[in-house]
Amino acid sequence: MKVDTVQLAREIRRNTLRMVHRAKASHIASALSICDILAVLYGRVMSFDPANPDDPTRDRFILSKGHACVAVYSTLAEIGVISKDQLKTYGEDFSWLMNHISHKVPGVEFSTGALGHGLPFGLGKALAAKTKEESWRTFVVLSDGEMDEGSNWEALMFAAHHRIANLTAIIDYNKLQSLDSVANTLALEPLVAKLAAFGGDAREVDGHDHAQLFDALTRKSDDRPQVIVAHTVKGKGVSFMENRVEWHYKNPNDEQLAVALAELEAINA
Amino acid sequence: MRNAFIEELVVAAELHDNIALVVGDLGYGVVEPFATRFPKRFFNAGVAEQNMMGFSAGLASEGFHVFVYSIANFPTFRCAEQIRNDVDYHNLPVTIVAVGGGLAYGNLGYSHHAIQDYALMRVMPNMLIAAPGDPMETRACMTYLLNNPQPSYLRLGKAGEPCLHSSIPVVVPGQWLRINTTDNTACTILTTGASLALARKWIEQREQYADYALHSMPLWGMRHKSNQTGEACKWDRVVVVEDHLVDGGFGSWMMEALSRQPDLLARIQLLGLDSAVCGMVGRQDSLNAAGGLRLE
Repeated sequence: MKVDTVQLAREIRRNTLRMVHRAKASHIASALSICDILAVLYGRVMSFDPANPDDPTRDRFILSKGHACVAVYSTLAEIGVISKDQLKTYGEDFSWLMNHISHKVPGVEFSTGALGHGLPFGLGKALAAKTKEESWRTFVVLSDGEMDEGSNWEALMFAAHHRIANLTAIIDYNKLQSLDSVANTLALEPLVAKLAAFGGDAREVDGHDHAQLFDALTRKSDDRPQVIVAHTVKGKGVSFMENRVEWHYKNPNDEQLAVALAELEAINA
Repeated sequence: MRNAFIEELVVAAELHDNIALVVGDLGYGVVEPFATRFPKRFFNAGVAEQNMMGFSAGLASEGFHVFVYSIANFPTFRCAEQIRNDVDYHNLPVTIVAVGGGLAYGNLGYSHHAIQDYALMRVMPNMLIAAPGDPMETRACMTYLLNNPQPSYLRLGKAGEPCLHSSIPVVVPGQWLRINTTDNTACTILTTGASLALARKWIEQREQYADYALHSMPLWGMRHKSNQTGEACKWDRVVVVEDHLVDGGFGSWMMEALSRQPDLLARIQLLGLDSAVCGMVGRQDSLNAAGGLRLE
């Protein structure tokens, strides 16, 4: 079945906005920037059976930027791993939908929240698949600010040295960190050249272009770990949230939610 | 101890193809028997402990029991958050193995003095601490860990420690393992880790402790406090000995375990290292004595 990933991404964004609004939570813009990546991964790329999320042959997905968890919870609800009603508990006391991604949620491999943990952990999974001669892949989504963490570069060196080609890192390069732009915080450029110098099969895509994402995520790599630098817009899809640092923290009020949902209807309609 | 460890690991790896060994570019002269026989399950992470612990957790999440081998504080403090979040929180079968526990690397300086490691590892809720007192207890701990894969910290001395048991004991977490035989039912020394040999020497050589009983507790952790009151109440006096700072160590753990029974607390004396030893350099026995592990 070919999934309409544009429609899927729209639904993920819609759920995401409603969850953050209801919970008065942070990180809406961080979540909106990865919705297209998630839609293409879960909609068309990954081998993943929503009815059997623990199938040992599944492809593994790890969200290293755990603060964008609402986008993943929304995706899992859209494809039927968890129910949409469960999304309403987000942010409530003792909810299993923690405000950083939680492995207690069916379909979630790994809890994160501290940055720089997802890629080494995903590397371990990929190493396990390679050692056991199994064909499933591991995908890790990281933030750009997270590339400040040395652990990611340690993992990339190791993955390149050991030719771990079943590992794909996707860097959500939305150019904004927590206080300021990436460029003004701790410059990453030349990012693609650095990733290649560390041994990654590095390439760039428009992180909101589904055809480009699909091509990059399914293209056969050589024996190097794949690193996809996805150029994205933080807050993508909601004009007043796009490229604004404050939407790393703020949550929309009722009126802003209505405007945001209306804008989503208009995208690629 | 490290030789007993690698021998047990190689035997286990022959039987179970999910045993993996990861090293942090350390283990020369120790890990080769494993690396040679099981090259597909041996990984040298290089000098990169955060990634080492992170990918070990990833391997463990896919069915491997991963032993991560390094020395002193490198596999603990350097990657403490990976242990906390990746290994312990996800309750994964990673056994962190540190050689050079306590002041075994005394001459190498403060960076190599593992005297705060219990304090770090014992605040991880799922972590089992395995601190054997001799090569026999090392083998016993390995048997337990292999049969009960879980987040765990195996703290070893170096090599050449004397065997204080005539055979391999059976060990379980929280158990007071009797070492000597004496008629004294009032006073005992209780140790964990390599300070067992020190306590044994005191009992043999010092009048003050001549008729003391001796116990070792090679397996303990946050989950295993509950039976301590039942053990401690059998003794009028318990001297808790460890080659670790008194602050946050095994003795502190024991005091916490007994804290609801103040009458038992009064029976406990803590004998560990004083912070004055931090920064001192010297042989292990010299530093232990300088840090307070001595008899006046």
